Amino acid sequence: MKEKLEQIREEALRQIREAGALEGLNEVRVGFLGKKGRLTAVLKSMKEVAPEERPRVGQLVNEAREEIEKALESARAGMEQKILEERLQTEVIDVTLPGKKNRMGHRHPNTITLEEVERIFIGMGYEVVEGPEVEKDYYNFEAMNIPADHPARDEQDTFYISGDILLRTQTSPVQARVMEQGRLPIRMIAPGRVFRSDEVDATHSPSFHQIEGLVVDKNITFADLKGTLAEFAKELFGEDTRVKFRPHHFPFTEPSAEMDVSCFKCKGAGCRFCKGSGWIEILGCGMVHPRVFEMCGIDPNEYTGFAFGVGLERISLLKYEIDDMRLLYENDIRFLNQF
Amino acid sequence: MNTTLSWIRAYVPELSCTDQEYCDAMTLSGTKVEGYERTDKNLENIVIGQILKIEKHPDADKLIVCQVDTGKETIQIVTGAPNVKEGDKVPVVLDGGRVAGSAHADGPLPEDGIVIKEGKLRGVSSAGMMCSIEELGSSRDMYPEAPENGIYIFPADAAVGADAIEALGLRDTVFEYEITSNRVDCYSVLGIAREAAATFRKPFCPPVVEIQKEHGDVSDYIHVKVQDKELCTRYLGRVCTDIQIAPSPEWMQRRLAASGIRPINNLVDITNYVMEEYGQPMHAYDLDTIAGRRIIVRRAKDGDVFTTLDGQERKLDGDVLMICDAEKEIGIAGIMGGENTMITDDVKTVLFEAATFNGANIRKSAKRIGLRTEASGKFEKGLEPRNAEAAINRACQLIEELGCGRVVGGMAQDGASPAPLREIPFEPERINRFLGTNIEIEEMLAIFRRLELDYQKEKNVIVIPPFRQDLEGFADIAEEVARFYGYERIPATLPNGEATTGKLPFKLRIEEKARDIAEHWGFSQGMSYSFESPKVFDRLMLPADSPLREPVTIANPLGEDFSVMRTISLNGILNSLAVNYNRRNKDVRLYELGNIYLPKSLPLTELPDERMQFTLGMYGEGDFYTLKGLIEQFFDTIGLKNRATYDPDAGKPFLHPGRQALILYENEETGYLGELHPQAANAYNLGTRVYVAVLDMPKIVALATFDRKYTGIARYPAVTRDLSMVVPREVLAGQIEAVIVQRGGKLLESFHLFDLYEGEQIREGFKSMAYSITFRAQDRTLEDNDIAAVMKKILNGLEAMNIELRQ
Repeated sequence: MKEKLEQIREEALRQIREAGALEGLNEVRVGFLGKKGRLTAVLKSMKEVAPEERPRVGQLVNEAREEIEKALESARAGMEQKILEERLQTEVIDVTLPGKKNRMGHRHPNTITLEEVERIFIGMGYEVVEGPEVEKDYYNFEAMNIPADHPARDEQDTFYISGDILLRTQTSPVQARVMEQGRLPIRMIAPGRVFRSDEVDATHSPSFHQIEGLVVDKNITFADLKGTLAEFAKELFGEDTRVKFRPHHFPFTEPSAEMDVSCFKCKGAGCRFCKGSGWIEILGCGMVHPRVFEMCGIDPNEYTGFAFGVGLERISLLKYEIDDMRLLYENDIRFLNQF
Repeated sequence: MNTTLSWIRAYVPELSCTDQEYCDAMTLSGTKVEGYERTDKNLENIVIGQILKIEKHPDADKLIVCQVDTGKETIQIVTGAPNVKEGDKVPVVLDGGRVAGSAHADGPLPEDGIVIKEGKLRGVSSAGMMCSIEELGSSRDMYPEAPENGIYIFPADAAVGADAIEALGLRDTVFEYEITSNRVDCYSVLGIAREAAATFRKPFCPPVVEIQKEHGDVSDYIHVKVQDKELCTRYLGRVCTDIQIAPSPEWMQRRLAASGIRPINNLVDITNYVMEEYGQPMHAYDLDTIAGRRIIVRRAKDGDVFTTLDGQERKLDGDVLMICDAEKEIGIAGIMGGENTMITDDVKTVLFEAATFNGANIRKSAKRIGLRTEASGKFEKGLEPRNAEAAINRACQLIEELGCGRVVGGMAQDGASPAPLREIPFEPERINRFLGTNIEIEEMLAIFRRLELDYQKEKNVIVIPPFRQDLEGFADIAEEVARFYGYERIPATLPNGEATTGKLPFKLRIEEKARDIAEHWGFSQGMSYSFESPKVFDRLMLPADSPLREPVTIANPLGEDFSVMRTISLNGILNSLAVNYNRRNKDVRLYELGNIYLPKSLPLTELPDERMQFTLGMYGEGDFYTLKGLIEQFFDTIGLKNRATYDPDAGKPFLHPGRQALILYENEETGYLGELHPQAANAYNLGTRVYVAVLDMPKIVALATFDRKYTGIARYPAVTRDLSMVVPREVLAGQIEAVIVQRGGKLLESFHLFDLYEGEQIREGFKSMAYSITFRAQDRTLEDNDIAAVMKKILNGLEAMNIELRQ
């Protein structure tokens, strides 16, 4: 019995060694350990063994079984490893072939600029608000301290719909609409389309965008205006951006200023973008005119505020070095795909 | 506004700075310098020479050989100029010198000028060049004494060897300013000089106006009556007799020339000079042509025709203010004088007019008549009567000084008396609080003094001088302090009030999602104009009675193509697609977020309804279902979780009749999509299939939500059944799905179409469709009989639509 077991064991181990594939191993398993397998047959013939011998023989059978199973397992692991290695070798790819892209669309450069500006001001606690593009004369002009016969009305070449309805020439009317509501303090920006009767050319468009800003609170100072816009310029054009405020005139602010930023192309050395001056004019701003406050029902003795207006296209053109404004409204995908 | 630095220096004698320093400092104090140009640009090594001897050129008929004394030596110059003779004093460019332009070339001057070198002309050596005024970068307009064709000749007393450029008054710089509309005073040399003096903290020395000798009384010469005091606030007249017309002195000619004004004669030059100096336009009439010796200022009559001094006939109306004599109209007030009273060289007695008019009326009149002049441009800004008085006296002073005539005593005048000078309280602490500064009171007062703003201590007010009508209140005073304290010296701080929350409103957040989704699907963002041509309605084949054909119309459009506010958003996208198609760009996908403008009533009495439209358009790869998939995904992203339905009866004439659908969400029409009708495509020159979709964002935004609720992951298994059907062709998937949804009830989890086939093996008029339907219960494992029951209900519903189950 013992010899027979030894023989089976050796035969099984030999067959395992000689098995060339996983199938072969399976045959060995079935042939020796299966229901009709040779080792199983030994177990089945146990009744022929003397009862006192049975535990010892049983142990021997189990030992043989464990050994065969172990050998099978290790052979299988070896073979699988080999198969995996072969597979990995055949699966080498050319990693320098081009990647597969999901064809994404592109945001308009104006929108990229706008979202950037919105992000900066939302971070400073400003609310984004909108106002109508077809606007009342009152909000576009009167409430902005530009009465009926004011020469600024001619400067702004207005499109009129009727006597008192027009296409807004600036986003400033949103200032009046927000202030009128009387909820103070105010920190808002109002982006949007504006219209002026300019013929289309490389630097003009009858329809363009502005971003209006307005802050109203007690104790707002001209210094706050400077600090806020300097911060904005640094966020938009880079940490090393310097700003310069030049006195200017707008009917709805007093004092008024224009803000230049140090040229972000040449860092102030002078180049074709800044026409050699090292500075680029970016926005108009000022302290809210007391008369504007009065017309909007805010007491200028109690509240002060500042306002500013940025031309969106101007910044887009500068930032992305676009040399012709018409490209922004032509929508050629070879242009749009660059943003 | 252009002036020379030398003219500014005439009133600020201590001003000493480089051109660039002047430019920077003036800009920072609020008088923006747009640019400047040296008048001696590219003029180098040019002296006054005297021609000693002229001989014929041995080999050229048209050339002469001159011996020229240049002060240091005598050089030989060959020239072709016909006008020189021995003894003439002329500008001579020496060897290696430079001139600004050439004598004969038209067009702009060369950037670096022209270098003159010693050389030979037809074999005769020439050591320099004698110049024409054109070669010196100027013109006969500015130097009327220069010959039409030839070398400029200096007066006989010119110093030989001296700097010719200096002698011509060209050692100077012309500054160009951008004057803001509030600073009427700075449209004058004196106004700018006052700013320059304050900026550089130097004394300001305006002209002292004194007339040495007056004779007679003006009332013996002229009477003035202003009938319309609203349009003419003040009219001043002075008379000069014994007029002798002659060229004005060189200094006056040079200053005018450098400002771009052509010198004419002493009388005209004086009025122009005073206009530049004081910013007050003046007019000179030949008194002998004025009937009745009366000036009457009144409105024209509708339909009057008047010939202005340029010889043009002008049509007038009742809102145009006229200057008249006892019989006739003699000038359009503030715009242009009449031919009938024009000054000629025979003039003996002159009436000077300096008036102030209603600026808005002048502006409107000039516009209506179509004649905008230098004078009207100044008047329309609103001038101050006291300045007019100073100007007219200055003109009389110059008449006397220049020996042009004799001044008659007194001033004829009418109109409202000038308003008292404005007083503004001085609030130094408030100014500092407002600016965020700590400026000393004394420093503020020093600024006021430099600006000629008079501080009255006892009343604690600042008295505003007549030339600063722009200063109206506290904020204006604060600005004056800020400007001359220096904007750059004001600190930069951040507001420190109550904190506010930064917000992007819900509508804009939904629009941001729309952009994200569109771009994920390969659509790029376009922008198009809000106004377009009414022809768009025809291109889109809108029926004659379509309400979309009633747009908000611009009264003064740039042209018909930009004349109506769009009532439908498709045209912009279609034009853009056409641009791309025409340029052979493949597979183009564009979207736009922009408003349409729907009038509530016409003509407009209230603002129109501005509706944001999310418009998508594409050609090339992809089809109807690409757009539909995008819309479904967009809806999903913004919380529109229910199934949108698609109604093929969209009724859009510009879409393919068999390929269009309304997009309904909870039975609300939120937009439409479809293939562009081939005829519409044709109208846009799009030779390919084009798919478009339009979503009405106000409706979408009202339905959208970012709220989400977790519903638990199902713990019991799902059961899936496939449903293979033969379906009559006209039955829509949407109808089948409606049955599945309705009859599937609570157990229905999801379904999708996995096969759609039409053709062989399916009988004519039918199609094969196969759905996979998934059921699940939240509380138990579904039994076979649960599934059988619900499937039976679905099948019953489908059978009613003549649908057969496929075996």
